[in-house]
Amino acid sequence: MSLQIWTYLIVGATFALYIGIAWTSRVKDTKGFYVAGGGVPPLANGMATAADWMSAASFISMAGMISFMGYAGCMYLMGWTGGYVLLALLLAPYLRKFGKFTVPDFVGDRYYSSAARLVALICAIFVSLTYVAGQMRGVGIVFSRFLEVDVNTGVMIGMVLVFLYAAIGGMKGITWTQVAQYCVLITAFLIPAIAISLKLTGNPIPQVGFGGTILGGADSGKYLLETLNQIGRDLGFAEYTSAFGAGTKPMIDVFAITMCLMVGTAGLPHVIIRFYTVPSVRAARLSAFYAILFIAILYTTAPALGAFSRYTLTNALSETPYSSVPAWFGNWEKTGLLAWVDKNNDGIITYRAGAAFAGKPTYSGETGAHGQRLVTNTPLDNANELYIDNDIMVLATPEISQLPPWVIALVAAGGLAAALSTAAGLLLVIASSISHDLYYRIINRGASEKIRLLVGRVMIGVGVIIAGYFGIHPPGFVAQVVALAFGLASSSFFPIIVLGIFWKRATKEGAISGMISGIGFTMLYIVQTKFMGVSPWFFGISPEGIGTVGMVINFAVTYGVSMITKAPPLAVQEMVESVRIPRGAGAAIDH
Amino acid sequence: MQSYWKRNKTYMLILLAIWATVSYGFGIFFVEQLNAFHLGGFPLGFWFAQQGSIYVFVLIILAYFLLMDRLDKKYDVHE
Repeated sequence: MSLQIWTYLIVGATFALYIGIAWTSRVKDTKGFYVAGGGVPPLANGMATAADWMSAASFISMAGMISFMGYAGCMYLMGWTGGYVLLALLLAPYLRKFGKFTVPDFVGDRYYSSAARLVALICAIFVSLTYVAGQMRGVGIVFSRFLEVDVNTGVMIGMVLVFLYAAIGGMKGITWTQVAQYCVLITAFLIPAIAISLKLTGNPIPQVGFGGTILGGADSGKYLLETLNQIGRDLGFAEYTSAFGAGTKPMIDVFAITMCLMVGTAGLPHVIIRFYTVPSVRAARLSAFYAILFIAILYTTAPALGAFSRYTLTNALSETPYSSVPAWFGNWEKTGLLAWVDKNNDGIITYRAGAAFAGKPTYSGETGAHGQRLVTNTPLDNANELYIDNDIMVLATPEISQLPPWVIALVAAGGLAAALSTAAGLLLVIASSISHDLYYRIINRGASEKIRLLVGRVMIGVGVIIAGYFGIHPPGFVAQVVALAFGLASSSFFPIIVLGIFWKRATKEGAISGMISGIGFTMLYIVQTKFMGVSPWFFGISPEGIGTVGMVINFAVTYGVSMITKAPPLAVQEMVESVRIPRGAGAAIDH
Repeated sequence: MQSYWKRNKTYMLILLAIWATVSYGFGIFFVEQLNAFHLGGFPLGFWFAQQGSIYVFVLIILAYFLLMDRLDKKYDVHE
């Protein structure tokens, strides 16, 4: 069977599965809609959290980014996993005991203030919207590469699908679909990684093969990482495993970015909300363990895959005449993920450090003397002739390693599962923020169950349309705003939730001024450095890492202002006492 | 209940100290010194940065679950 048929078959089967699950777990009340009825077993919640968390970026782009960054890729690996330690130890058990539906609920009640609830609400919506736009784009891109439909058509199909299962099933439907999506995405990630590890190093475990020796070819018997260092030295790249050399990020920046991603992860509302769905505090702690376990499977495989593909790709292409490159080169040239400009007119691919040309390739539509697709980009003044997109490392690996077509189709289904599961989780946060925190808690306290459920479903529809709009018309700054999402989450939610639990004296004035100053500083810095061309002035920390500083400011301001304002009412202090004791959590309650 | 909360905080602080040591300590601040040692084909600092720290995160969360489970029973606050 051809790749096309396999792809339709596997992707179609997974879609049918998701819709089927949503239909069987459709909900009738707000409790089912917001927190899945509160009865999700920890193992299932762990899988759902993992799928919720791992987006198209984790699945498609991360291994490629690491393979080009070498050591510094550790900031994503540690940053996007280490946050779960903070979540499990500092937040999840207590928020579960508190037992309301959303993050703004906690902020509003703990800080006895509608203003605090509103600030938290705006942050939650903003963070989730920026994030979900990127996911919709991801769905469109995967569709266009594997099913050869237009990116916009792909976005549209994704919108309809997510709307169907999120609106019918609510949190309950999303939870069980995410469990299925985790299984699909992890299988799709592991099979090619194991196959390529076996082929390259003879070891079926990528995490071990990563530190092993190369099986055949010119570098037979040498350690893979040592060989990558050698290739780096030969071609003028930084050594793969060495840290903080020339051309890499300085230590303080790697530290700040890692910290910002960790704290941001712990503060992201769509991750926190998952811990409201389990039956008890014990189950919240246990499902945090399952979540990190399931996430770690992908996150420890990704750097191995990155190193394997870096070696395989460099080996196959560097110093190779264009006329004898493998057939897949042409296929991926078509998608714009690979391009070659013959700067010295020798017909041989010269791969060196530096960008071959600025930006992404734009093709003139003509082919050159050696059959390569010509690009209209102006070549930059360096020896490098090869353009390689990050995403190719995961997408093309099965093809480069000559795996059967069903594996390639599976990778497509995996990428879609990763993007759809994250999009659904984010949409639910947006819907619950508006229908529960804004409509029910602030605007209409007398709304009936039926009306609120309807508002929730309508809000999912509105969220899907907005996300789809940004997926089809991506604002030029989509990539930049991801940095903003983590920066905002770490400089807004994390400090005030942690202080709210561990420090009874934290007051509403403290929390509101803390959130505003933390976010204010972070936003200002990101706008200055990303959009206004100001160079990073705070110890050279890049905008991706500035949330760390915003978080420290938030902690300091909340502390300072709390000390000079009146202590919180006794009832609030008693509530803080009670969230520290697991007994009596019951199911998450409406109120 | 005061001693339950105090014990909980002690566990937390110890585990967070391990968390910071493996990630920021071994993986970032002392990565170059550790890279002088090797674990098979891995320079040790690099291994901590891209592999080891993640394994330790998994173990930290498991340890916290087990410790707190025992503590909850001891103070009879479990469900």
